[in-house]
Amino acid sequence: MTHDILIAVLILGALGVLFAVVLYIVAQKFKVVEDPLIDEVAEVLPGANCGGCGKAGCRAFAEACVAQGNMDGLRCAPGGDAVAAKVAQLLGCAVAQGEPQVAVVRCNPANCGEKRKSNYDGLRSCAFQNTVYTGESGCPFGCLGCGDCVAACQFDAIHMGPNGVPVVDADKCTACGACAKACPRRIIELRNKGKKERRVYVSCMNKEKGAVAMKSCANACIGCGKCAKVCPMEAITVTDNLSYIDFTKCIACRKCVTECPTKAIHDVGFPAPAVKPAPKPEAPAAEKVEIPVAEKVEVKN
Amino acid sequence: MKTFRMGGVHPEENKISNDAAIEVMPVGKQMVVLMNQHLGAPATPIVQKGDKVKVGQLIGEAQTFMCANVHSPVSGTVLKVEPCKDAFGLAKPAVYINVEGDEWMESIDRTPDIKRECTLEPKEIVAKLKEMGIVGLGGATFPAHIKYSIPEGKKAEYLIVNAAECEPYLTSDYRVMMEHAEEVCIGVSILRKALGVPNAYIGIESNKPLAIAHMQEVVKGFEGIIVEPLKVKYPQGAEKQLINAVTGRKVPSGKLPIDVGCVVSNLGTCFSVYEAIQKNKPLIENILTVTGKELPSQHNYIVRIGTTYNEIIAHSIGQLPETTGKVISGGTMMGKAVVNLDAPTVKGNSSVLVIGEKEALRAEETNCIRCGKCMHACPMGLEPYLFSALVKNNRIEEAKEHNILDCIECGCCFFSCPANKPLTDEIRLGKNKVRAMMAAKK
Amino acid sequence: MNLLNISGSPHVHSDESTKKIMWRVNLALVPALLCAIAYFGINALLVSLISVASCVLFQWLIEKFILKQKSTVWDGSAIVTGLLLAFNVPATVDMMWIVVIGALVAIGVAKMAFGGLGKNPFNPAIVGRIFLLISFPVQMTTWPQVGGLFPMNFDVATGATPLGAFKEGALGEGVTFMDAFLGHIGGSMGEVSAIAILLGAIYLLCRKIISWHIPVAFIGTAFVFSGILWLVDPQSYMDPVMTILTGGIMLGACFMATDMVTSPMAKSGQLIFGFGCGLLTIVIRNWGSYPEGVSFAILIMNSVTPLLNRWCKPKRFAN
Repeated sequence: MTHDILIAVLILGALGVLFAVVLYIVAQKFKVVEDPLIDEVAEVLPGANCGGCGKAGCRAFAEACVAQGNMDGLRCAPGGDAVAAKVAQLLGCAVAQGEPQVAVVRCNPANCGEKRKSNYDGLRSCAFQNTVYTGESGCPFGCLGCGDCVAACQFDAIHMGPNGVPVVDADKCTACGACAKACPRRIIELRNKGKKERRVYVSCMNKEKGAVAMKSCANACIGCGKCAKVCPMEAITVTDNLSYIDFTKCIACRKCVTECPTKAIHDVGFPAPAVKPAPKPEAPAAEKVEIPVAEKVEVKN
Repeated sequence: MKTFRMGGVHPEENKISNDAAIEVMPVGKQMVVLMNQHLGAPATPIVQKGDKVKVGQLIGEAQTFMCANVHSPVSGTVLKVEPCKDAFGLAKPAVYINVEGDEWMESIDRTPDIKRECTLEPKEIVAKLKEMGIVGLGGATFPAHIKYSIPEGKKAEYLIVNAAECEPYLTSDYRVMMEHAEEVCIGVSILRKALGVPNAYIGIESNKPLAIAHMQEVVKGFEGIIVEPLKVKYPQGAEKQLINAVTGRKVPSGKLPIDVGCVVSNLGTCFSVYEAIQKNKPLIENILTVTGKELPSQHNYIVRIGTTYNEIIAHSIGQLPETTGKVISGGTMMGKAVVNLDAPTVKGNSSVLVIGEKEALRAEETNCIRCGKCMHACPMGLEPYLFSALVKNNRIEEAKEHNILDCIECGCCFFSCPANKPLTDEIRLGKNKVRAMMAAKK
Repeated sequence: MNLLNISGSPHVHSDESTKKIMWRVNLALVPALLCAIAYFGINALLVSLISVASCVLFQWLIEKFILKQKSTVWDGSAIVTGLLLAFNVPATVDMMWIVVIGALVAIGVAKMAFGGLGKNPFNPAIVGRIFLLISFPVQMTTWPQVGGLFPMNFDVATGATPLGAFKEGALGEGVTFMDAFLGHIGGSMGEVSAIAILLGAIYLLCRKIISWHIPVAFIGTAFVFSGILWLVDPQSYMDPVMTILTGGIMLGACFMATDMVTSPMAKSGQLIFGFGCGLLTIVIRNWGSYPEGVSFAILIMNSVTPLLNRWCKPKRFAN
């Protein structure tokens, strides 16, 4: 009996030693030498693997940083300046600073929902629907409403709004740009958050001629150019029947918002118009005068 | 009876417009001729506002390799040259023509006589196909002159004419066979000469016994044309499947039919080839079926290209029935759903098919139960359920490794799926993603 | 007029649906159920009803209160599980409460925990059955006496199954092939009658819900393998005809192993799957501690299914 046990123990022991030796040799032979700095950099990154930096994930970003030795052209949007500072410290290079940004959906939700012109019954994917036809709104440049952007967001920051056009939660948005890449119609743009989170943008991507665009959507930009004329900062350009506000020049004065005949220009983050007593129409006008002049100048890149 | 090797389904045939003889649709007041009615780059408009045009006059010229000429289907004055929304709501370059009278080009032979002799050399035939703007009418609208210019070092051995018409509802090819069999056979002979092949095979599904009998009778007067009855199974008329059924050869993955010595032509194309070569008539008319279970009457028409869907509907049935759920250009398996009925028809349109509300809507999608029906239905031997999962999870590289690009988008997988998963849609999306990935790598 | 509907092609669908498939499977199980009632009386009906009702109830409860999703009980898959579970237990009074636990395990653990129909790696009814076999070994192997047609006695008169008797060393006493074929033998209530099961299987074959590959490979392998053993030593091994007619081979091969969700999709994979099931069944029957091995064999092969799906690709059009 003891003999049997002894044999078993010996065999197992011998096997154990043998495997240990084999494992050691293999580990030595196939050892991957990696810069320990990569691990350290990867450690301070958010780890969401959102791909917003253009790399395959956080680890790939860390590898790129270490390989490059500095942070030129590399930026982790979700991490923002805090992470950039930490990475720069690890690499021993200058900190790359950037204006905080946010995703903006440039399609007017007022037209959709009830006013759709057909019923899309296929695969719930914008990328696919885009290859089939214009989409339910009838606008060949508008939002398709299947939520590819919602699925792409790693931060739960974009959701389908009541009208079938996505709405960005600016507090959660890290400007990683995943939604902008997922959108087959390139409706989503990363824009500067702006001073006091106040933003003005053209909420339309329609490049059709005025009359055709109006047929597609009552709130389409018709490229009339009134906004460009009224802009004090020359921030607005009109190309291909579509107006665009350069957010680096815009001072959020909102002159274009009132000028736009189709209400295609949206403003975000401004205080709501004072609650007006029903009969008096002056209240909103008074609100407009209130635009703080001091802020205008400060908004710079 | 011959058929292809694997997979396939049998959708309800619904050939309810079989017995409606081809009628001529009157010309409207205004025509819109799109410049890209074919696979490839749009033709360049060569007319301007105010120009007078005749029927059959060249108005859009092919200036790149993958392109086809576009001719005026009517006579009148050019109103404007600007984009027009196509059947899917997307703007395409177009020429608007105000119709005035019906004055044809002098070169076009409008007599009803059938002209059998063709003295042109193969190269001249191909050049004339290009001049006349002939494209394949099977659905892909591939420019004919490219197809019939056999590349250096390759040799065509078979010409296969696709008259299977395996798509449900469509009957335009059937009517052409019944009414213009001789012209079709002359067209086939011309193509046979252009390719220099000994034999041409006309593949017809056996659910058209009258057409088979009639064609067999007519081909007796022609040398080297053989009528080949085929089993009723969808997609019998798909290019690779048809080659497999008729010759037993298999086009390898990523190769073209010519690599196995075959050229496949649609039956309608053969008819337009006859008209182009023998009668000098460019491709300005479509033969299309107006059909649907909900419609009060069924029709087959010869329609000038550029007539809008609404005009066709107004002339044939007055207006769409209340219960209309979908309007399809093409058959139910591979046709495209139309959203803009003000859009003009283009080359290759074979039907205006109206589907009722109940049939039009897809049933709710449920979990995949791994029954494998999609896999057994696939005529290419692929695994649609796998592509569905891979595409959903963005595993594009793996989808490519499993040969997603071999898919011919016949729709058998979705048709047979008990869980109603939109497999064909998912695979199309996956194919686009694979192509984008490959383009990015280059 | 309504809005036009737009989708990619195709615009038609065959009239197949998951619901239809499941209800057809239920229909195919009816002959076996009738046989069970004929041989084991009202107990068989009660056990079946309780099993089906609890399966449906558990699925409804889980979908409603835990997963909070639309109920799918009417697709009929829970009823299939309930029936198959009942068919795998003896038709005794004890079973009327024990089978409820089996249903909970089958639906709750084996099916819904993985995400519901289509996502379960193992056949729910088999998981339920094996759970009961291990937890209630006595009740699960207390077989009711086989009475005449439509017995009305409710006594717990225990009988024996041919397989159990064989394991004890009593070689097939008095059980003829005809008895086994018609089902006049002891055993779990749904598996006794080979003819009733075959009837259902033929219906499923005609409806193209199952293909011949798994049943033929399963039964064929079991027959050939047990035949070889029997030829070598007829004294210690059961003869092959009796082997495939008794126990759960028929029910397993026709209804449990062919479960779409847990069996391979390609024909070649199905043949390997059936072969594995047949081989394992005979191995367990002859050298294992249980007299019956069909459930274990199918369960083991279920775990190989993803691998078989990966290995056994359909033949491609060209190449």
